[in-house]
Amino acid sequence: MAEVFEPKIVAFLCKWCSSAGSDLAGVSRMEYPPNVVPIQVMCSGSVSPLYILSAFNKGADGVLVSGCHPGDCHYIKGNFYARRRIALVKRLLEFIGLEPQRFQMSWVSAAEGTKYTQIIKDFVQELKPLGPQTKLRRDL
Amino acid sequence: MKRTGVFICHCGINIAGTVDVKKAAKELAKHKGVVHSEEYVYMCSDPGQNLIIDAIKEKKLDNVVIACCSPTLHETTFRNAAKSAGINTFQCEIANIREQCSWVHKDMNKATDKAVKITKSAVERVRRNESLEPISVPVTRRALVIGGGIAGIQSALDLANSGFEVVLVERSPSIGGHMIQLSETFPTLDCSQCILTPKMVEVSKHPKIKLMTYSEVQEISGYVGNFKVKILKKPTYVDPDKCTLCDECSKVCPVVTSNEFDLGLTGRRAIYIPFPQAIPATYTLDIKSCPGLLPIACGKCADVCEPGAIDYDMKPKIVEEEVGAIIVATGYDLYDKENMAEYGYGKYADVLDGLQFERLCSASGPTMGKILRPSDHKEPKEVVFIQCVGSRDPELHCAYCSKICCMYTAKHAMLYKHHVHDGQAYIFYIDIRSGGKGYEEFVQRAVEEDGVLYLRGKVSKIFEEKGKIKVWGVDTLAGKDIEIDADMVVLATAMRPSQGAEELAKKLKIAMDKDGFLSEAHPKLRPVESVTSGMFLAGAAQAPKDIPEAVAQASGAAAKAISILSQDRLYHAPTVAKVNLNLCTGCGMCVEVCPYEALSLKDGKVEVNEVLCEGCGTCSATCLRAAIQVKNLTPLQVHEMISISLGG
Repeated sequence: MAEVFEPKIVAFLCKWCSSAGSDLAGVSRMEYPPNVVPIQVMCSGSVSPLYILSAFNKGADGVLVSGCHPGDCHYIKGNFYARRRIALVKRLLEFIGLEPQRFQMSWVSAAEGTKYTQIIKDFVQELKPLGPQTKLRRDL
Repeated sequence: MKRTGVFICHCGINIAGTVDVKKAAKELAKHKGVVHSEEYVYMCSDPGQNLIIDAIKEKKLDNVVIACCSPTLHETTFRNAAKSAGINTFQCEIANIREQCSWVHKDMNKATDKAVKITKSAVERVRRNESLEPISVPVTRRALVIGGGIAGIQSALDLANSGFEVVLVERSPSIGGHMIQLSETFPTLDCSQCILTPKMVEVSKHPKIKLMTYSEVQEISGYVGNFKVKILKKPTYVDPDKCTLCDECSKVCPVVTSNEFDLGLTGRRAIYIPFPQAIPATYTLDIKSCPGLLPIACGKCADVCEPGAIDYDMKPKIVEEEVGAIIVATGYDLYDKENMAEYGYGKYADVLDGLQFERLCSASGPTMGKILRPSDHKEPKEVVFIQCVGSRDPELHCAYCSKICCMYTAKHAMLYKHHVHDGQAYIFYIDIRSGGKGYEEFVQRAVEEDGVLYLRGKVSKIFEEKGKIKVWGVDTLAGKDIEIDADMVVLATAMRPSQGAEELAKKLKIAMDKDGFLSEAHPKLRPVESVTSGMFLAGAAQAPKDIPEAVAQASGAAAKAISILSQDRLYHAPTVAKVNLNLCTGCGMCVEVCPYEALSLKDGKVEVNEVLCEGCGTCSATCLRAAIQVKNLTPLQVHEMISISLGG
């Protein structure tokens, strides 16, 4: 019997809001699937489109970028740049035929452990029926 | 190849309960470059830290990774341990395998697998970290306080009394803010002017305080410890040193305009002193209402001024100041009655807002302390006070609670009863929020001793009818409609951030919340700091608050400012942007996106001001040629971390 597909997800979390929110999910002992490996960045605005492409290229089945809510950026406006940039990357990825569900952006504040948990749960659920991502994977 | 040590913490069973730490340590030992890998029950304990220190020394480790709790908790602990073993603090990285792994998963195999990935990712990062030392900058030991209300006054006095020079900037002709307009203050019924004027005088006489009234902050540049501020000093056309306050000028002035100090209940001349105790004690010529400065237009005031204090040639001046810390205390305004359709858009003369009623009660007010209707100067016998006007109404007005209205309405009703013994005061309320020392007792006193009638419910409409103001409301406790023929209505309108605060916040680059109040750095733990280091918040500019809270916050902000001003030098995180000059084409895209103006073009290349740079990395994500990157989180490091996170 074939093994159940477990998507591999990379999550870029900004240090001040989303990473802190994910810490809060831990402190509150919420539970979510272990498919996500978090990478803490200073700001969602520092997530270069290359990081996202690189993650898909290296075999990610899904990529999440999560930052402070618009208007609440620790660096004043970094997440506004992220929002624009990521909208473009999303269109680019869709243009080249990647399922839109594979790339997501979210706003998670330091107080939103529950929201982070739900986002990860939903993300994994959405990715499971899609199967492995092969479009951008380098070894295929 | 650099020699890396990995230390995995059990955190009792917090980590070891879900992550097989022994297996993880073995896995890490196989990773390239890792020459030492061990686990221990509590890495943050003294013996745990000693394990790290000893391993660094014995195995000549170049860098270490501690896999443990969130870096927000023990990063400093372990970096200091690494430093004491002789390696740079930036040669120590934390892998968060507790909050982001063991605490959120149950399956041990999967959690262990994930913990190994997170730890390896930190190994890949630390191997490429540069050794850095904090950036040190000198400190200008002076402060700027913006806003001369009670909060600004308190901050300025605290700073000045601690020996630091203060520039206090106020945009109106006198300091004192809204507090000087108040009649009495809750819950003690202290006379507001009597308790504030001594502080105002102290400000004016203090050798360390440079008071700049009728002035506005124009431009701010620089960074914590070293701000440069341009302040516009508007012309008052009166030389305060020559002015003797004889009042001859305002007697001859032909113009009458609305008096802001009495909120339009009285008029004033174009040349005026806002109130008798104004600081600085001098007249101001309001150029907006003056017929003109040319002698041909009027010139009456200058003609009668014996000391020759009036100078029509006075020009606006830009004053530059250097300061090390800034306190923003720009205060509040009341939500305009004109926004309230159901309460007559502010068109009824006898429907007042809270501050207007304060002026009516005030001994120095338009009626010399007698409560009289503005329309016909008769004593009102039935007064309706309405709370939450514009507050707690997310659909139409402000979503938040303005906090002070419950208390000042109780005070207003009480003061009214003290002035008009046979009058009846009604208060429409939604809830009574009387948290605070002596506050609940104060409300009870209003009910029990002064017979104020509290009605729980909202007023749906007020309108004028036969010289009375009809109030249609509902008492939700009795379930009855209420109709009152009132002589006067007082609206407890919401507190709004003061006009112009938004513009100032943009100049200062400090954030605002959804309602326009200034945002604190942390709602619980950093309530007086703004997100921009070196800038602090005091008073109602941050959120609605009463006088004791504003004063407490002002003193807190002053103490925070002093913690900067008392340093010889300041230290700044060195994880800042760095430019590869060979790759930089000088396109300037990064310069545009930098939130801190830390980047500039010089000779066709980008230059980083390391003191201004906060290391956010927005520049790095914007650069098309990877010519700019943030130290110790470079694209190379991130790419390696991505590879490892996906299984190598």
